[in-house]
Amino acid sequence: MLSFNRSRIPGFPNARAAARGAGRVLAAGVFALAATTAHAQEKTVTAVMHSGLRMLDPIVSTAHITRNHGYMVYDVLVAMDAEGAVQPQMASWQVSDDRLIYTFTLRDGLSFHDGADVTAADVVASLQRWGARDGAAAFLMEATGSIEAVDAKTVVWTLTEPFPLLLDVLAKQSSVPAFIMPERVAATSPDETITEYVGSGPFVFVEGEFQPGVKIVYERFDDYAPREEPASGLAGGKVVNVDRVEWVTMPDSQTAMSALMNGEIDLIENSQIDLLPILETSPDVTVEIRDPLGYQGFARMNFKHPPFDDVRMRKAAMMALGQEQAMATMIGNPDYYWLCGAIFGCGTPLGDEAGAESLKAGGDKAAARKMLEEAGYDNTPVVIMQATDIGAMGTIPVVIASDLREAGFNVDLQSMDWQTLVSRRASMNPPSEGGWNIFTSFASGVEANTPLVHPILPSTGDTGWFGWATDPELEEMRAAYLKAEGLEEQKQIAHDIQARVLDNVIFVPLGNYAFVQARSNKLTDMLPTAVPVFWNVNIAD
Amino acid sequence: MLGYIVKRILAVIPVMAIVALIVFLILRLTPGDPAAIIAGDTATPDQIASLRESMGLNEPIYVQFFQWIGQLLHGDLGTSLLSGTSVNALIADRIWPTLNIALLSIVMSVAIAVPLGTLAAWRHGRFGDHVVMAISVAGFSVPAFVVGYVLIKVFAADLRWLPVQGYRAPSQGMGEFLRHAILPAMTLTAAYVALTARMTRASLLNVLGEDYIRTAHAKGVKDVTVLLRHGLRNAAVPILTVVGTGFAMLLSGVVVVESVFNIPGIGRLTIDAVMARDYPVIQGMILLTSGIYVLVNLLIDIAYTVFDPRIRY
Repeated sequence: MLSFNRSRIPGFPNARAAARGAGRVLAAGVFALAATTAHAQEKTVTAVMHSGLRMLDPIVSTAHITRNHGYMVYDVLVAMDAEGAVQPQMASWQVSDDRLIYTFTLRDGLSFHDGADVTAADVVASLQRWGARDGAAAFLMEATGSIEAVDAKTVVWTLTEPFPLLLDVLAKQSSVPAFIMPERVAATSPDETITEYVGSGPFVFVEGEFQPGVKIVYERFDDYAPREEPASGLAGGKVVNVDRVEWVTMPDSQTAMSALMNGEIDLIENSQIDLLPILETSPDVTVEIRDPLGYQGFARMNFKHPPFDDVRMRKAAMMALGQEQAMATMIGNPDYYWLCGAIFGCGTPLGDEAGAESLKAGGDKAAARKMLEEAGYDNTPVVIMQATDIGAMGTIPVVIASDLREAGFNVDLQSMDWQTLVSRRASMNPPSEGGWNIFTSFASGVEANTPLVHPILPSTGDTGWFGWATDPELEEMRAAYLKAEGLEEQKQIAHDIQARVLDNVIFVPLGNYAFVQARSNKLTDMLPTAVPVFWNVNIAD
Repeated sequence: MLGYIVKRILAVIPVMAIVALIVFLILRLTPGDPAAIIAGDTATPDQIASLRESMGLNEPIYVQFFQWIGQLLHGDLGTSLLSGTSVNALIADRIWPTLNIALLSIVMSVAIAVPLGTLAAWRHGRFGDHVVMAISVAGFSVPAFVVGYVLIKVFAADLRWLPVQGYRAPSQGMGEFLRHAILPAMTLTAAYVALTARMTRASLLNVLGEDYIRTAHAKGVKDVTVLLRHGLRNAAVPILTVVGTGFAMLLSGVVVVESVFNIPGIGRLTIDAVMARDYPVIQGMILLTSGIYVLVNLLIDIAYTVFDPRIRY
């Protein structure tokens, strides 16, 4: 007769062991319940951000999620308010009469998360690392003689020539902001990433709970001393009303939507557009546009290789393109996109739509065909790179391909993943040897609203952005903008830049669209900033 | 037996060495640049180039390869290019959710599939058999994400019995673990129940035609005893193979379920690493997966001897 002793089978406990095991499970359950109750008393905001955070150095990386992380953990010397005016944040300033010396004085009560005071030496080291990495800061550093800490709270910035936009560069909101780190951290080479994450911002990064690409946890920095002014833009008092903020990554948009409607999370920073009608039916959820500037889609041509090394070909291509078909295909719902020919954004101080008439009118294929014939197009294939793994953005190259074919271009639409595109766009080889002719991408409105920080504008050939536009005239205009005195002069130069960009087809603006956020109605008082920030917010029990 | 196990373990070394070489070469030949990803979309070519230099990605491939092999020999899988975290730590952190969900799925699959397969074999050609086979075909044919969405809709969104997503470790309480793990485990179970039930049925039908079964019946042994003691035990070897390889497949193939239910497991870790060209993490994950397959196959071979005493190594 077959018989067996259960206790001899590995992993199959005898009765006593089973009872012990059950006791442990019960105890674990009780402890877990206690822990859950303790957590429940905390005010925690759980947010699904637009992408997972993996890279923690906000000076080395221009990725927006890393920038957003920077605003949680670090503070800045000066910041822009909701009106775009520069305001004191960590420091106030004075300018000498000859405008060559800026003296920054740190306010009282500033300390890092490790308890050390923020000193002028920390500021100097941080500014130097930032200056070595950031594009706009590079202009500023060219005009800089020295940045010195004269005492524990005073930094003296000496220029070799007046730089009217110094404070604007220092206060710029987006990649890369001038975050202040401890001197020992800021001493890291700008080409290497930091390995210690201590800031003086309103939230403390909880390193022990960090799961790259999955979850990041911040806790309120109890010793943070907010300014007394009310929060405005990224300036004013950073008053934290919650205990914890958790950013979680959900690769599946539908799961995120269900989790929000089920009350498991409080915010989806960027909801998938086609899920919004479902979210809007929930009485517990508000769907809204937090950042009115949104994002600008654009097409970039490669200036190095035929046919787009010839401005006539670039103009013919632009004439064939229309914003409406690109945005309608990508976003669909006109509530969430708008046509805009201004390279610095519509409704912004520098926004000007001159030269974009055909783009806004849907393009003119017949005129494009005629221009192509006059330019002597020899049927050279146009390689368009299409990333198929970036959601709706992946549809724009298909629309462009269709428009260009209609105008008479011989189009070769090549599909790939985004990382292959990112790698391939760096290739200066001819399209037939692994290079390319067109790719599309997008820029944040807050980065594209001034020539100071617009990432695509630099037209310095091989040292410029991918596509390597060479345009000395445009570079002169950008240099002039940096020295412009007052808004009127800036507007005039911005108008000239707008005309020049579209005349030389540095890039083609394809329309603007919004990140649409969905939040639980329990989450209130979120600031309408381009960078999602979690000070000022409240969450109901 | 011990000699066999030692021999099998030694045979793992060349297998893993070949896997390591192939993985390394394929990754380096695949387009993509981790430095560009770290630098971000608006970084200039110069900024990316300097970052690539500092990350050692400009070193000749053979130098990078031998550096990696040197680390491997010390048990170090390297450091993630993106997060700067040790790959060993990343895998150690992320393998448990996958392992726990997979284990729960396997237990549920076996608990459901073996009785179903046995029932189908016992009622061969009759209504019960047809029902079980129909369930199997459905379970195998419907994609995991569809099963997942339907389960979320019913049990989380409509009934609100269970959470939509997330993971809790058993150390945070078995109740919370099961509340979060039950839907993903059911999703995975759907396919593996189908596979295992069909294998159980086929294997059992084969055994039930043997002479010793007829002899047992002739001796007057009860049908149920013949089925379970004589039939099922002798049909166990192929079932065990399916369960074992199924477990290895679960570990390496749960990415869809991990995405749908937001579980921070190794499936998502691998996909994220591939998308970001995080070479050390991809290499570590492929080595781990290969190792799991080798180990599971070894364990299955050893388990054969338990279920079938005729098998000796």
